[in-house]
Amino acid sequence: MVTISSEPLSAPLDVGFDYTRSLGPVLGRFATGLRAHTIAGIRGSDGRVLVPPTEYDPVTAEKLTEFVDVGTEGVVQTWSWIAQPLAGQPLSHPFAWALVKLDGADTALLHAVDAGSPDRMSTGMRVRVRWAAEPVGSIRDIECFEPLDVEPTEREAGSGDPVTMLTTPIHLTYQHTASPEESRYLRGLAEGRLLGQRCPACNKVYIPPRGSCPTDGVPTEDEIELPDHGVVTTFCVVNVPFLGQRIKPPYVAAYILLEGADIPFLHLVLGCAADEVRMGMRVRAQWRPREQWGTTLENIDHFRPTGEPDAPYESYAQHL
Amino acid sequence: MSEVAVVGFAQAPNVRRTPGTTNGVEMLVPVFHRLLADTGLSKQDIGFWCSGSSDYLAGRAFSFIAAVDAIGAFPPIMESHVEMDAAWALYEAWVKIRTGEVDTALVYGFGKSSAGELRRIMAMQMDPYLMTPLWPDSIGVAGLQARLGIDAGLWTERDMAEVAASSRRAALSNPDAQLAGDTTAEELLKQPYLADPLRAHDCAPITDGAAAIILASGDKARDLCDKPAWISGFEHRVDTPLIGARDLTTSPSTIAAAKAAGVDGVQVAELHAPFTHQDILLRQALGLGEEVRVNPSGGVLAGHPMFAAGLIRIGAAAAEIRAGRADRALAHATSGPLLQQNLVCVLEGR
Repeated sequence: MVTISSEPLSAPLDVGFDYTRSLGPVLGRFATGLRAHTIAGIRGSDGRVLVPPTEYDPVTAEKLTEFVDVGTEGVVQTWSWIAQPLAGQPLSHPFAWALVKLDGADTALLHAVDAGSPDRMSTGMRVRVRWAAEPVGSIRDIECFEPLDVEPTEREAGSGDPVTMLTTPIHLTYQHTASPEESRYLRGLAEGRLLGQRCPACNKVYIPPRGSCPTDGVPTEDEIELPDHGVVTTFCVVNVPFLGQRIKPPYVAAYILLEGADIPFLHLVLGCAADEVRMGMRVRAQWRPREQWGTTLENIDHFRPTGEPDAPYESYAQHL
Repeated sequence: MSEVAVVGFAQAPNVRRTPGTTNGVEMLVPVFHRLLADTGLSKQDIGFWCSGSSDYLAGRAFSFIAAVDAIGAFPPIMESHVEMDAAWALYEAWVKIRTGEVDTALVYGFGKSSAGELRRIMAMQMDPYLMTPLWPDSIGVAGLQARLGIDAGLWTERDMAEVAASSRRAALSNPDAQLAGDTTAEELLKQPYLADPLRAHDCAPITDGAAAIILASGDKARDLCDKPAWISGFEHRVDTPLIGARDLTTSPSTIAAAKAAGVDGVQVAELHAPFTHQDILLRQALGLGEEVRVNPSGGVLAGHPMFAAGLIRIGAAAAEIRAGRADRALAHATSGPLLQQNLVCVLEGR
């Protein structure tokens, strides 16, 4: 029994994706206006001018359609000081968040104010828009607001077709931690071993091992080393190309039930034509060269047919 | 319709960081074991399971599925999930029992806030067109609301520090609290600003944690414990997400929910106020007088496990009833930026 370390494996995890959204008639008009250095509000059912504009009245839920252009200067309603800006915020040096009521508007817009120091911020102060260098039709076309005593920065307005879409890049960082059971499993893989664990209540063997047995809700405990061969319980032939695909279709993704395990895991079956793969086919792990091994199931490049006679259906019917 | 009561409550200790998995599921396993042992129920006795948690805390899709293992979901169970504080999961379970579909339910909430950058993650709950692209951090945005109240004369920085000091003193008797201590507003006011006008003590601490509650109906509840905490009123309301179009110095949705739930005569209140000024704001919105004991647990300023903190308020309020320290208690939970969504639950001992 090899136990290298009991500390769970942990590593930085960066999640990134672009959210692309359609804007619709109201926000589309607002975004198109920003690109042209104008700010559109919309008249609410009570006569108030809402900025930013909303499709429906926040109080009565009535559909709103009457656009009203408002000023590019306004009054700070309230503010907070950000001494250490976070990634993605409008300014990378200290700034204030503020709710700014633009001239002609009755509600306030959330944005940043570039005032240099909290001493230069006050409720009721007047600010004006500083436009971004390259307007695209987004709230970030307003780079920030600035006090009126700052020398204005000349920036060119943009033009073009109406703005209909918005893309927001999202980047979040985590310190991802595996469970103690997963950590033992992943460390085992780095040694070319397949480690499962047995539930003390129902005796089922899980690989990867679980923090708790899904039947009994208790932690799995006894460690079991499993062989690197088993049977295909079920599979699908992948015919569809997709972003990030590493193998040219068609190929087979299959549930592999290792001998002695009670739960199959997903892996690739290669080494034969896709249409030859079948339920009950016996397969064996094709390991990558040892120098490429890490704490990952990718150490097994794929499973390949052993050529032995198929397993009878009854032997894996309980594991589908 | 069936009467519904809280018959059991358990929580994991509130801590700054656990060494466990990103989805925090192992915090739940001991909580379930304790809760089932306390009520004498087995998982087969539970009619409905409902949870609150967030994929954005865990950094992966469908993260609540990992927790379903911890409840032992085979053979199949009746289960649901909300991407909100688990107080809203409790509301769903309450409806299930009220309508007679089940007579018991177990509700749980969990989150490992320490895994990511919580201040940035919270920007994901804001308006995705006009706010999230600016990455407004949760503390900076709360500062906007705090200053509005200061400017309007509704509270002062000293009042806010008094809330923090009082929370920490109350938490001295709460073994699960993360922050507790005997401190004064004077000492706290000497600390630097985190996001002027907020100091660190004005903000609930980043907390990993989990909690669970068992609900039962009528006779079932009376069988399970001597003194169930009966839910006599339960409502939730929502305000517009456009923070610039709201009066941020009050909380119309809290006022509306409290009116519908009937909060008159409560002797104790557990409020879900992640910032000191929101504690004051909520007391005003709920019309709580000096005679009402607020946050005997220390509240969320003493520990704020995301997605479980509101549920814990209901558990803590129920504990006051069950211990005989109050006949009528109020629990409040919030979700969304700057008290956007608010839930009020009134509990009674009979």
